[in-house]
Amino acid sequence: MTTNEFTWKVGGAQGEGIDSTGEILATVLTRMGYYIFAYRHFMSLVKGGHTNYKIRASTDREVKYHGDTLEMLVAFDQTTIDENEDELVEGAVIIHDAKFQASTKRGGAVHLCAVPLSQFAKDLGNSIIKNMVAAGASSYMLGIDPSNFYEQIEAQFGKKGAELVNLNKNAFDQGYNYVKEHYGNLQKPVPVASKPEKARLLMSGNECIGLGATLAGCRILAAYPITPATEILYWVLANLPKFGGKVLQAEDEIAACIMAIGANFAGVRSMTSTSGPGLSLMMEALGMSGISETPLVIVDVQRGGPSTGLPTKTEQSDLYEALYGSHGETPRIVIAPTSIEDCFYQMINAFNLAERYQVPVIVLSDLLMGMNKRSFPDLDLSRVTIDRGEVVTQAQLDEMEKGAFKRYALTESGISPRSFPGMKNGRYCALTNEHEETGLEIEDVPMREAQMKKRFRKLSTLERDVNEWGVDYSGPDGAETILVGFGSTEAQIAEAMEQLGGATNVGHLQLRCLMPFPKDAVRPHLEKAQRVVVVDNNYTGQLAGLLCKEIGFHDKMDVLHKYNGNPFTVSEIVSHVKG
Amino acid sequence: MATMADFRYDKATWCPGCGDFSVLAALQQVCVRMGLEPEDVVCVSGIGCSGKISQHFGSYGFHTLHGRSLPTAQGVKMANQDLTVIAAGGDGDGYGIGVGHFIHACRRNVDITYIVMDNHIYGLTTGQASPTSKKGHKTKTSPAGVGEEPLKPLELAIVSGASFVAQAFSGELKQMQNIIEAAMKHKGFSLVNVFSPCVTFNRVNTYEWFKEHIVNLDEEEGYDPTDKYNAMKRIAETESVCTGILYREERPAWHEYVLGATETGTVKQTLDITPADAAGLIDQFRR
Repeated sequence: MTTNEFTWKVGGAQGEGIDSTGEILATVLTRMGYYIFAYRHFMSLVKGGHTNYKIRASTDREVKYHGDTLEMLVAFDQTTIDENEDELVEGAVIIHDAKFQASTKRGGAVHLCAVPLSQFAKDLGNSIIKNMVAAGASSYMLGIDPSNFYEQIEAQFGKKGAELVNLNKNAFDQGYNYVKEHYGNLQKPVPVASKPEKARLLMSGNECIGLGATLAGCRILAAYPITPATEILYWVLANLPKFGGKVLQAEDEIAACIMAIGANFAGVRSMTSTSGPGLSLMMEALGMSGISETPLVIVDVQRGGPSTGLPTKTEQSDLYEALYGSHGETPRIVIAPTSIEDCFYQMINAFNLAERYQVPVIVLSDLLMGMNKRSFPDLDLSRVTIDRGEVVTQAQLDEMEKGAFKRYALTESGISPRSFPGMKNGRYCALTNEHEETGLEIEDVPMREAQMKKRFRKLSTLERDVNEWGVDYSGPDGAETILVGFGSTEAQIAEAMEQLGGATNVGHLQLRCLMPFPKDAVRPHLEKAQRVVVVDNNYTGQLAGLLCKEIGFHDKMDVLHKYNGNPFTVSEIVSHVKG
Repeated sequence: MATMADFRYDKATWCPGCGDFSVLAALQQVCVRMGLEPEDVVCVSGIGCSGKISQHFGSYGFHTLHGRSLPTAQGVKMANQDLTVIAAGGDGDGYGIGVGHFIHACRRNVDITYIVMDNHIYGLTTGQASPTSKKGHKTKTSPAGVGEEPLKPLELAIVSGASFVAQAFSGELKQMQNIIEAAMKHKGFSLVNVFSPCVTFNRVNTYEWFKEHIVNLDEEEGYDPTDKYNAMKRIAETESVCTGILYREERPAWHEYVLGATETGTVKQTLDITPADAAGLIDQFRR
């Protein structure tokens, strides 16, 4: 936490408008020029329980993680105080609804400010509007000029008429004025941000995945609703049809994944999106994509497992399933985007790789990245390219003898050009049985061996290329201690690195591609290191296991596990490294 | 104009006398009769003896997983509605492991034809009870006779919303051809359940048995296939041992009612998004 930053959180029962309160502030702050990260903590139920929304904002640098500490808490109920008071810094402010007698074990270290949030809302004749009362109270306490909120209220409710706009402004003012009058001395004006020339983006990983898929040329999404992946379905449904694309809510994840395979077979870039339980149901289809050499993109937004596990909490425990799941052996690609915006770029990458290598590609996101938002300047559209891989042309087929096309030709690269239904003389039967070059079922020994080798040979060029983009390293050459993570843990590890400082001789490896594994890029760092701290968001140390399998050095592995549903904090990583 | 030879591929490996030969032949003849070209047809099959049909049919094919022909076939049609898509499999494949997909395919009304070669037995795995095995049928997995009620695919299809439901018999080639042709011309999901005897593992439901018991509703005077309740009644009265076009209704197919429906196949839509449209998508997130 630097002086150019601040943190704020609102909490209450689910169904009380916690998310909408958080969204209002997130939007206002982004528009004002703050870089923010917004984190949603929620439970698998519709009404009740405890939910909260935290924002960490900075005036001068991008924020990739919501921070370990908290300076201001808006509590709609006592549970919110009980659940979050340990996070509060000395001198923090708690704005709580005056409808309950608030207490905190933090005693005088924090300030309790009772505000009649519910009463004001009730007096205005709309109980849900207490979120705007809370926004007003927060606005004063943070020293943010109300005009910024008025602008948001106009934008959000303007279409619904002046009456609603005025009601919201009125609610906002009541909260603002009450705090000003009663707790004016506790105001802590936040550092001032400058409005950016170009408005910034505020996006979640799931939104980046939907947008990335759309720009990557995906035109069919078949999926089954599941937390924390459903928002991908929502966004794509709202946008893909504008470009001739189709979205189908399937009866289950088996059908969803197999529909995507059928559509890819017919020539449309297609995908499915899911979380752990759905991924398990797709294991059979993964092999079907593999042996029939039909491209496929699966997005797995990981959550706490096993089984139904922790449906609304984060974890990175599907790694082994992504790498090794499904019976038999087929080549595959497993990519883990390392930030919210990287979800966008890796979807472009995933579709190109799936078609270039004719294999299933699994994109491993997680709840932390998928359902939370951050603001950043822009996305780079020049990085959007579409490579359909090797496809036979109609002219080539016309030149062939009738029926001579070999869909599973034993080529040097292992990649055999595809044909699509509708192409004359390009007929083949895609097969889940072992097959010979034209696609007829076989069981003979030399052809079986040749086809297995061919399929695995396909990834040989990627095995080399992945060393370029499949892992990021920062830190000194020959660092004594190497921190290793994959996917979303990039944010906390990078921040831990800052706190540890360069002098401690620590390096940071963040893996973006897990299969094929970027061996040549990773090995030198592990060789030189004395200690490899693996930041593994699971119980069994799956990333550490993968490092041992691909590189070795099991004696250097020092695994930091976390599997309680919450993301790693920076301080957990720092204190583990310091030992 | 394509010929029978264009719809043949390699030699089928079924047991001599297997009902599936007739299904393959009928399908080939209908495709020729309808003037279809093999590249515009996709035959998607499941696993089992009947699943081999896609390998021996001269169109594009996908020999998929056990029970998964329907999701695959629907995916193909979603991608390219201009193709003629046939899903095919057996009773174990479609009504056992794949029955969940079957019910939803009926509701969804994707414009495909589903041909089930129903022999009331698992053939490729050498003779276990299937979901349509008759009660009391002794098989390797029901030594004392099947205790469960047989699944009723025709009624299940109708109550699940299938817009075309028919039943044919491998021993009546001409009627089967007519039924398959009508099914393929039908806009929407069409089920053709075919009694296709297994000559090796089912000694109960033989050609003779079917010939003796089948009631041909196509020839029944006054039978109206648009009358849903009469169809249900007659199917029940014949204990499902009937043939003919049993039920049909006109209703929009998936590619017509889906949000963002297009005139031509999804595969024909451009992948390029103009810089202005791309900027518009991104601008949704600007604050």
